[in-house]
Amino acid sequence: MTSLEDLLVPYRGRARDALLPLLWDIQTAFGHIDHDAVQSISHTLRVPAAEIYGVIHFYALFHHQPTGHTTVYVCDSPSCGIAGADRVIAALSARLGVPPGTLTPDGQFLVLHSPCLGLCEHAPAALIARRGAGEFAYAPVDDIDCLLVECAQTRQTITSGEGVMLTRQPQQPAQTLPEYGDYAALRRALAEMSPHRVIAEVDAAGLIGRGGAAFPTGTKWKLTHAAPAQPHYLVCNADESEPGTFKDRLLMESQPHLLLEGMALAAYAIGASKGFLFIRGEYPEAARHLQAAIDAAAAAGFLGARIFDTDFSFDIELRRGAGAYICGEETALFEAIEGKRGFPRVKPPYPTTHGLFGKPTSVNNVETLCAIPLIVAHGSAWFRQWGTASSAGTKLVSVSGHVRRPGVYEIAPGLTLRQFLHDYCGGLVGPLRAVLMGGAAGTFLTPEEIDVPLTFEHLRAIGSTFGSGAIMVFNDTTDLRDVLRRLARFFQHESCGKCFPCQLGTQRQLEVLERLEQPLPGDPQRLRDIGLTMTEASLCGLGQTAASAVLSAMQRWPELFGETK
Amino acid sequence: MSANPNHTVSLTIDDQPVTVPAGTTLLEAAHTLGVDIPLICYHDATTANGLCRVCVVDVNKGRLLQPACIAHCQHNTVVETSNERVERSRRTILEMLSSAVDLRQAPEIQALLDTCNADRERFPAAARREHALIDDNPFYVRDYSQCVLCWRCVQVCAEDAQYTFALTLGQRGFHTHVTTLFEIPMTESPCVFCGQCIGVCPTGALKPKIEFGLENGLSPEEIRRSTRRPRKRQPQDEEA
Repeated sequence: MTSLEDLLVPYRGRARDALLPLLWDIQTAFGHIDHDAVQSISHTLRVPAAEIYGVIHFYALFHHQPTGHTTVYVCDSPSCGIAGADRVIAALSARLGVPPGTLTPDGQFLVLHSPCLGLCEHAPAALIARRGAGEFAYAPVDDIDCLLVECAQTRQTITSGEGVMLTRQPQQPAQTLPEYGDYAALRRALAEMSPHRVIAEVDAAGLIGRGGAAFPTGTKWKLTHAAPAQPHYLVCNADESEPGTFKDRLLMESQPHLLLEGMALAAYAIGASKGFLFIRGEYPEAARHLQAAIDAAAAAGFLGARIFDTDFSFDIELRRGAGAYICGEETALFEAIEGKRGFPRVKPPYPTTHGLFGKPTSVNNVETLCAIPLIVAHGSAWFRQWGTASSAGTKLVSVSGHVRRPGVYEIAPGLTLRQFLHDYCGGLVGPLRAVLMGGAAGTFLTPEEIDVPLTFEHLRAIGSTFGSGAIMVFNDTTDLRDVLRRLARFFQHESCGKCFPCQLGTQRQLEVLERLEQPLPGDPQRLRDIGLTMTEASLCGLGQTAASAVLSAMQRWPELFGETK
Repeated sequence: MSANPNHTVSLTIDDQPVTVPAGTTLLEAAHTLGVDIPLICYHDATTANGLCRVCVVDVNKGRLLQPACIAHCQHNTVVETSNERVERSRRTILEMLSSAVDLRQAPEIQALLDTCNADRERFPAAARREHALIDDNPFYVRDYSQCVLCWRCVQVCAEDAQYTFALTLGQRGFHTHVTTLFEIPMTESPCVFCGQCIGVCPTGALKPKIEFGLENGLSPEEIRRSTRRPRKRQPQDEEA
């Protein structure tokens, strides 16, 4: 059995930014991080003990009290909800004789609720943490015995579409380096293209960031490249936590080298020699594939010092999040890498000038970076043959809920949502009631609205959003009030607590939604005031979108809220 | 941000034109015009983080309201420190705060509730942040049921003043609370009882033991007995 001292040895001499990796090592080995461990970490990394305790409290996958030898996190997001997540919880509680959140008397098992695990196409989903062994995804939960004992399970995510970025078949394992190739786009860029030329090509391609905020990638790179302070950092935001979104997970599990080459090209463009790949803690398999791919690429000389005998050097460090949706917010992500509670920072200043460790930083989403080797290899005109002028290139969409074939689809923006649901997803299961576009931070659409073309601009024009590319489909058997409550519970659980509107508003919004069947007089106006206050006055994107789905539902289905149309 | 003092920006705040050095916050510019903006978390002596958002103002009818305590004046902008959107946000934040926290000993926030037309009963059947009173040292008591999470105490205990790091924040979201390492008593923490946290607390959450005792009907002598141990005799006294 590993001792605490053994775990601390590799961290001697390191600074605070090693805190989350060290906490992960201790959490995995011992199932929790106790008082003695905190004191030892404090001495090793020279971080105040109280602050370490605050960090442990912030991240849902870190625990300061004992967990089970096996701890099961059961997803309770909408897609898992309609697939029977509550039945899974009930069955586990009955089997173990304790409610969720209570350790079994023998210390063997603990069951906890979890926000979206990004396994929506296999709902209902669970994440299993086994003492000493790490985390494993388990979905669909078809057999609760398998959750409690080690049980092999293979998953195949349905993928199809244009086949431009997603080139692997569902049954194929992760692409190896020989299968992927020799980073030809990077080799070509380093030999023939200046960083400005790479940025110009990405700009000309019209690539819009795929993480949800839809910021033009070329513009972000220009600003970062031009920032005078040194060094520059590249950060890959793989904290894919928007409920209903799992496209980045699929890319990382199946085509890790495409992402790594994209990161290297991005780093070259912005003038960075160090990159961080920050992946959410709930994606253990993707993290293992990526670490193996990083090691293979480094061994082959595609990462590291003087790549292809040029002056360009680039290293990638993989960092795991630990259960905090807010860390997908770029500045909160910096705080997590720096070993702090994941509080978003006040902007401005923006990351392009004051980012990770206060230095100029470009933060790019996984899918965005995966488009870069393709653009560099084939050119911007080639990329623009898909999509529209304002939504150039192919786009990945995660579909879950009541469709025949939930999965990840690569589409050419421009087709309508109706065409997409019928032609790609195999059609609907039952009569359509509602579509949630863009995840929990997105907006609802009615069956009458699904002729909207799937582009950034058309969705924006009707007050909706592509967001992270999540589409959740609900048929007429769905209790939309239950869906709304799950969304509200998600934001109540994930609010970081920094600014008052979100910290208080996510709680009050949940309370009003919990009594939707028996509302108090004035509840609809309360919801609107809470929602608009969070939207307009919150500090970051989480609070600014925490009421988006609720407000969109109030417009479309006032009767759900005790109002008349 | 560093700003060239020779560089100025001109804007209007509530229809009044004003020219200020670049880097001036909207709050500072408003004060030069005598325009009052409500504040809760802001304190001149601590790092402003834009937490409470009751100082939000409308800049150019933008999608988001801007926190006046940290947002810098931008050239040629039109700022409204009060309009329907601003008032809704302020009022709703105060109403939600009032429904969560015991504000009876926060006279400044009580006054704000009145000036912003906040309804103290707006959120019935609402969860409150309730904590047991912590009386674990001879110097002060902590009643986090009165804590609005302005972070000032945590900040002065850390880099804003004392570099003691006795305090941190536990949990997150609505359930965030100020705490010590594993909730240990202050006497076992690195606290040096400098008292700065009490000095910056905007509510009755942190209070000197003497004040707390007097409020609860104790006499100065009773307070002294409860907070001080009998003086130990020096070793030389015993030998003598």
